[in-house]
This record gives sequence, structure tokens and C-alpha cells, in this order.
Amino acid sequence: MHFQYSIEGGDFSRAGNASSQLKKLLKQLNVDSQLIKRIVVALYEGEVNIVAHAHRGTIDVDIEPDKVFIRLSDEGPGIPDIKQAMKEGYSTASQKVREMGFGAGMGLPNMLKNADKLNIESEPGKGTIVELTTLLR
Amino acid sequence: MKVSQIIKELNLIVFSGNGGLEKEVSGGYVSDLLSDVMGNASENEIWITLQTHKNVMAVASLKDLAAVILVKGLRPDKDTLDESNNEDLPILGTSLTAFEISGKLYNLINK
Ligand SMILES: Nc1ncnc2c1ncn2[C@@H]1O[C@H](COP(=O)(O)OP(=O)(O)O)[C@@H](O)[C@H]1O
Ligand SMILES: [Mg+2]
Repeated sequence: MHFQYSIEGGDFSRAGNASSQLKKLLKQLNVDSQLIKRIVVALYEGEVNIVAHAHRGTIDVDIEPDKVFIRLSDEGPGIPDIKQAMKEGYSTASQKVREMGFGAGMGLPNMLKNADKLNIESEPGKGTIVELTTLLR
Repeated sequence: MKVSQIIKELNLIVFSGNGGLEKEVSGGYVSDLLSDVMGNASENEIWITLQTHKNVMAVASLKDLAAVILVKGLRPDKDTLDESNNEDLPILGTSLTAFEISGKLYNLINK
């Protein structure tokens, strides 16, 4: 099964919509609820990162019998130093974004903790691709 | 303990999400950082925060939290309130600070 969502940078009011739709769908498919939570935590952080840091993006979700594969690709500033960005507490979020309770620098670490596989590719000045794989046991 | 009992015992305001008042509460989590709640709160907990915008509901519902308590007399934004009603996930309010209401909730749940 394949689904696609598009995301606009800066539009916080819609952040989380893709995650909440995916949650409902996985529930219907009787996926274990703890596993669903891990998947949507990781996806939510990815959605927020596109909204907070990029211009626009696309989310592709592939649900297969043995795994859920999510690809978030965006047009944006990219991540010049991925290793640094992965550090807990590292954030370039604006003051306004921080006041909303985002920008704690915990998003990428949350994705790493909650996905079975995390792959990030980025081209500074162009954009970022984040791939999340969760195995369905 | 049910959300409705906690509302009574701690004298909380119910802003929205009346359909979720009979949910069982397992504990609480206090944070104003959404990623912290995403990463560390558990199902059926009550979330105590000063954040009032719509993403609070996204986080609370994705994590299956029991309810949200807004501190210091803060009120939810209109779209936060609508989402709370859609999801039957109550938003509650108190005039107390996060420190004060956390202490009371802790004692109540662990009584
Ligand atoms: N899609 C993205 N595009 C550009 N930069 C990003 C993206 N995702 C993450 N980053 C960079 O990595 C940093 C750390 O991300 P994260 O751990 O999610 O923390 P936060 O979003 O709270 O800043 C961000 O502050 C930003 O500099
Ligand atoms: Mg982030």
C-alpha cells in the first residue's frame, strides 16, 4: 500500500496530519499499538522538521506485510553536518519556533530511537531526504 | 483513577473533549517541549504544560495521552479546542503553576 502527503514549510497548523492519518490506517490494519506509536513518533518529528526547517516536502509511505517504509524528501537549506544535527540538543530553530516548544534538538534523536533504520541524505542549499524503516513483527 | 475524578479532586476547568472524561489515568508528564513529550510520555498519562497551540493536540493524540492540563490560567487556542473535541481528548485548566498542580496530581494518583 502506498500513500503520499505534501507539506508546506512554516505551516505548523497542519504538522502532524500525515502522522495522524497513518496512525488510523495502521490501527485498521491491526498493527501492534506500541509499534504504531514508534512509527508515528518518528514520522511526526520528520513532519515537524520539514515545517520548521525546509520550504516544502513530500512524504511517501509504503506499507508492506513485513515493514513500513517512510521517505521524507524536502526542498530546503539541507543539513551541512548530519553528525552534528543528530546530537541531542543541537538545533538551529528560530526563537519563535522554540517558544512553541519545538527546537529542543530532540527530533532526529527521537527518530533514531523509534525507527529500526534511519537513513539521512542531504545536499546543502537543495534539500534533505530522510528514510525511516520499521519492521513489523 | 478516571479523568473525571481528577477534575473533581483538583478543581480543574474542562475546556473541551468531554467525550474523554471517563478515561483511566496512569500517571503524569510535565514538559513544554513537544519532542520531549513525544519521546518520553506514556499512554494514558496526563500532560501538564503551558503550550496552548494546536500541535499540543497532535502530540497528545499520537501518544494516546489521557488529557492535557493547561497551567497558570492559560486557555487553549480555538483550533486546539476544536481538535480536542474531535478527538475526545480533554483539555483541562488550572490557575495553579506547573509545580503546584504536579505536586497535587502526584499525591492524588499515588494515594
Ligand atoms: N529537513 C531538514 N532540513 C534542514 N535542516 C534540518 C532538517 N531536519 C533537521 N535539520 C537540522 O537538524 C537540526 C536538529 O534537528 P532536530 O533533532 O529535529 O531538532 P530541532 O528540529 O528541534 O531543531 C535542526 O535544528 C536543523 O538545523
Ligand atoms: Mg526537529
